[in-house]
Amino acid sequence: MAKEFDLNEVEVWDGNYAASQALRQAQIDVVAAYPITPSTPIVEGYGGYVANGYVDGEFVMVESEHAAMSGCIGAAAAGGRVATATSSQGFALMAEVLYQASGMRLPIVLTVVNRALASPLNVRGDHSDMYLGRDSGWVQIDAFNAQEAYDLSLVAFKIGEHMDVRLPVMVHQDGFTTSHKAQNVYPIKDDAAYKFVGDYVPVDEMLDFTRPVTHGAQTEEDWHYEHKAKQHKALMDSRTVIDEVFAEFKKLTGREYKRVETYMMEDAEVALVLLGSSVETAILAAKQLREEEGIKVGIVAPRCFRPFPYDLIREALDTPSLKTVCCMDKSAPGGALGALFNEVSAAAYATKARPIMTNYIYGLGGRDFAIDEAKRIMREQKAHADAGHITTDIQQFSGLRGPKLGFFQTRRG
Amino acid sequence: MSITGSARGNDNRGIRELGGEEKVGWDAVTQGVTLNSFVGTSENAAFLKPEERQYNDFNSYTATVASWRIIKPVYNRDVCIDCQNCWVWCPDTSIISRDKQMLGIDYDHCKGCGVCVEVCPTNPKSLLMFGEKEDNDDALAGWPSKEKK
Repeated sequence: MAKEFDLNEVEVWDGNYAASQALRQAQIDVVAAYPITPSTPIVEGYGGYVANGYVDGEFVMVESEHAAMSGCIGAAAAGGRVATATSSQGFALMAEVLYQASGMRLPIVLTVVNRALASPLNVRGDHSDMYLGRDSGWVQIDAFNAQEAYDLSLVAFKIGEHMDVRLPVMVHQDGFTTSHKAQNVYPIKDDAAYKFVGDYVPVDEMLDFTRPVTHGAQTEEDWHYEHKAKQHKALMDSRTVIDEVFAEFKKLTGREYKRVETYMMEDAEVALVLLGSSVETAILAAKQLREEEGIKVGIVAPRCFRPFPYDLIREALDTPSLKTVCCMDKSAPGGALGALFNEVSAAAYATKARPIMTNYIYGLGGRDFAIDEAKRIMREQKAHADAGHITTDIQQFSGLRGPKLGFFQTRRG
Repeated sequence: MSITGSARGNDNRGIRELGGEEKVGWDAVTQGVTLNSFVGTSENAAFLKPEERQYNDFNSYTATVASWRIIKPVYNRDVCIDCQNCWVWCPDTSIISRDKQMLGIDYDHCKGCGVCVEVCPTNPKSLLMFGEKEDNDDALAGWPSKEKK
């Protein structure tokens, strides 16, 4: 039996420590992990809890991230509660196995500390790894600060393990800005946290010798499509479960989460859509701009990146006052408009308001995104609104040195 | 000497073509592509003979999965000493043996790898490889005699 961990009502934790505490409280059976900056302290923390008797589980050291996720899949198929952590190149090396985990419907939790992808090699935070996972069939939830990294890591187990979902879940936080920034965190006591997550209920576990089962079967053109469709439906339908689990978490802690977080959207004329730690920067900038210049700015932040909250984004953008929406992608788009821009635009097209849509690439490789720059972008959006059309290129780059870089223009509203 | 469906009583080994399963829709496929070996629970499967087990329709035991074999082993009962060497070595459990007596070859699962022939210790061998289309009786009629060492 695991020892109880003494916790104060308020602790000073960084995002990594917060996530590792959540893994401890969920009493993970197996963590198979390979270290990578900036997510290493999460699994290092879990290893410490195992060694010191605070968790009754197994820490498996493996030779790569591909092996880490493979080990997690084996342990989950065997019937255990399983989690690990990774970032960037490690995430990329896991990519093949991520698809196996979701296709095999194993509710593994992966805490991802978002970091840029090489080349050039970079250890700082951007969303390239998070974007790389967007078609992998996992639920992807995004924490904007350390408290949320803790809360959502607990929530992740309850979502993924729900009998109507049974899918793996990623909990994202930004490298360094969240993972290494110590902040006040209000933890839940061990017994209450475990009670919230609940006992692990295995499905088709390989250690049930009375029902021998094959996991990871091959299917060709006569079966593959049906299995992928069933998997997609489970992911799309997980929206309801996510809403329920968020509501239950609010009952326990008073802290409210939504699949799409909205701030000051009721009367907004200009909206920024963005993810991660930049959301808090944008909220501050919007508040200041409202006070100082009377520009009515609102913020839309998809808490849930997958399943993509098309329904709630459409609802958030269906505000009669809304004229322009700027989608900010913290990932190199690789020859396209940003992914957030493309997906949010699809939802915005189904609104009555049909706001003007623009795209900014920003923060690549950890490039700072501060309040002044957020305000400049908001003022620019206001100029689009006043002109009735986009006055700049549709895709622009924030905080980039050198001549102005941009792509595509339109004179349409 | 091969054992065919009708000769096996209730045994459902190789009774269906591979891919002959009912093609259900996306709503009825198993979650996570899991395939159960047996119908319901089977706590004592390890102690039952294959023909006594309740194999699931998706278990390859019930399917004929050897359509691409181009050479086959033929078994000669007259030379066999029931040493069980071929039964031990066969990678596809396609040597059928009961009560330490060799009965024949499961042509629904044998892939024609020839390992059984390699490991057969008798002289002449009790198992030899022949073309898939050759008649087993013709093969047995022309069986080689004992070789001088």
